[in-house]
Amino acid sequence: MSWQRIGAVFRKELRHIMRDPRSLGLALVQPLVMLLLFGSALSLDVDRISTLVYDADQTSASRELIRQFKGSRYFEVEGAVDSTKAVERGIDRNRILVGLVVPRDYAKHVAAGQTADFQILLDGSDSNTASIALSYVNALVQDYGNKLRASALSRHAGRSLPLPIDFQVRIWYNSSLESKNFVVPGLVAVILVVIAGMLASLTIAREWEMGTMEQLLSTPVRPSELVLAKMLGFFTVGAVDTVIAVLVGIFVFDVPFRGNVGLLALTSCLFLCGVFFWGILVSALAKTQLVAYQVGVATTFLPSFLLSGFIYSIDSMPKVVQAITHVVPARYFVTILRGIFLKGVGPEVLWGNILLLTCFMVAVFFLATWRLSQKLA
Amino acid sequence: MTNGGAWAVEIDELVKKFGDFTAVDHVSIRIRVGEVFGFLGPNGAGKSTVIRILCGLLRPTSGHATVHGYDVSTHPEEIRRNIGYMSQKFSLYDDLTVSQNIDFFSGIYGVAKKRRPERKQYVLRMADLEERSDTITRLLPGGWKQRLALGCAILHEPPILFLDEPTSGVDPIARRAFWDLIYDLSEAGQTIFVTTHYMDEAEYCHRLALINGGRIIAAGTPASLKEELSSRTLLQLDSSDVLESMRALENEPEVDDVAVFGGGLHITVQNAERASFRIRAALAANNIEIRRLERILPSMEDVFVALIEAQADTEAARTESAGSVQ
Repeated sequence: MSWQRIGAVFRKELRHIMRDPRSLGLALVQPLVMLLLFGSALSLDVDRISTLVYDADQTSASRELIRQFKGSRYFEVEGAVDSTKAVERGIDRNRILVGLVVPRDYAKHVAAGQTADFQILLDGSDSNTASIALSYVNALVQDYGNKLRASALSRHAGRSLPLPIDFQVRIWYNSSLESKNFVVPGLVAVILVVIAGMLASLTIAREWEMGTMEQLLSTPVRPSELVLAKMLGFFTVGAVDTVIAVLVGIFVFDVPFRGNVGLLALTSCLFLCGVFFWGILVSALAKTQLVAYQVGVATTFLPSFLLSGFIYSIDSMPKVVQAITHVVPARYFVTILRGIFLKGVGPEVLWGNILLLTCFMVAVFFLATWRLSQKLA
Repeated sequence: MTNGGAWAVEIDELVKKFGDFTAVDHVSIRIRVGEVFGFLGPNGAGKSTVIRILCGLLRPTSGHATVHGYDVSTHPEEIRRNIGYMSQKFSLYDDLTVSQNIDFFSGIYGVAKKRRPERKQYVLRMADLEERSDTITRLLPGGWKQRLALGCAILHEPPILFLDEPTSGVDPIARRAFWDLIYDLSEAGQTIFVTTHYMDEAEYCHRLALINGGRIIAAGTPASLKEELSSRTLLQLDSSDVLESMRALENEPEVDDVAVFGGGLHITVQNAERASFRIRAALAANNIEIRRLERILPSMEDVFVALIEAQADTEAARTESAGSVQ
């Protein structure tokens, strides 16, 4: 390895990047756009569920029940109508997700201490949202039922009775269960992968198309030096992207940062090196820039989005797919990012992921170098 | 291992096959240190393949080649340090400036930091690019780009320089200037291996080899190659109708061969005087006006055409005799 040659290639790569303001702009603006777009649109939270109410009973008891819904942050009561038909129409026209119908004798049943029925109509066409909404309804009704029972009992006993079991939930790491805290750290990984796929996948294919690759191969430059120097060139852009993504995550999306900045920097470097080596490998495999770009994007964006645990939990995937996720470097980095951001854990917990990330990086570096030396045949 | 002998390049029975196609067919060449050696042949004759093997860009199928004393199969890294290569396709970075390209190649050729300003100045002066060092390379005219490419290939003062069709697509004046540069380098002691399909350029070489269909069909100095044809007498004919003239002379006993050359004809004959007389008579009979008819010395192109025809004839004879054996 000659640092002089690596330095020469590195400076040349930087000049290419600077000389092409379009791709430089893309490389710096794209992460910001993706982060803002996905960070705000990719909300997995279900709240403020639009709800319509038909109160056939019109009593204080029925109004009390409806007030439970109005008071919850999960439901947004859009208004009251005067027939079940009108509620159904609301669901049909996508105006609401949940309809609440209180029958005529609701108050009577409550007063008599009997089981009081009411009806919930749910739009099940989006099954995921519907089941979350249903669980909110269940929780709310159970809670309200307990309160009613307690107040009935205390009326009988003449003094207030505590509930037999009072369970209090404490959620760690993301106490408000906001999906942005879960999504944004993972998004940092996805964005870096996409930038790498876009930038690096072109580099060698372009040199072949321009005829400069043959020139390079006739000089003392070694394949390993080329791969390393090219990676370092892209790395400078990738490092800026990382800083942007992390800062936007912390200051725009208010994602808590509980871990060690140094560890974040170190693991980001490992990850960036790995994915840029990957892009260079793709570029060395492809014949043309077009193919390289398509393969580059397809092998970086999709796996990182779908198979990294960024959105879809790896534990709930079929065993075969779970096995595949092990070759997706974003999987390890997403875990590391969440660990550092939300849990504030260090190498004592994350060492396994850090080790695998390092293995990926080293393996891909050797593959790319080997592939480049194969070109001499 | 250094180059103790007088040979800068030794090629021995070199063969390169691509699948069924034999691009280089048992080629053997020796090039002296300090020589300008020309490799002449039509497109697809195997010139570039030989050069690319010598530069370590292709592996030979069989045979041996050494460059600066190093075997191409076993010591490609040493060879790359001792050669400059200018490929057929322009291969500098279009989006960098002249000066940045020079800096880049200085870096990868490992030119010592102290020597770099001096080498850069030399290349800029040689390529006449001193005023243009901050120009983006893409914007340079073709001939200037070629000179810059040559400059970048000699930054590290390589003992051996491989130039693959360095003047293709360059105007004649720029080509002339480029050859002046090649001579300067040769005088400074560098060995130059240059391919071309321009016949006139072949005359500038110290020695040359003619290659066709992957095989060397002749080698020697330009003068010695022409001597091979000196037994023949060549007449140049410019007339009012080239094709009619050709037809009129086809069956003329004094005429051995007629070939179209530029706007006229090259006529191979036994005896210039007798043939001229017959030609004038034949053309007059066909109402063809003669503008010029005189004896000329064979050019490199004549040599080349004659040799290729001879090769085709012997091959045809060989296949014929092979056929008759069956």
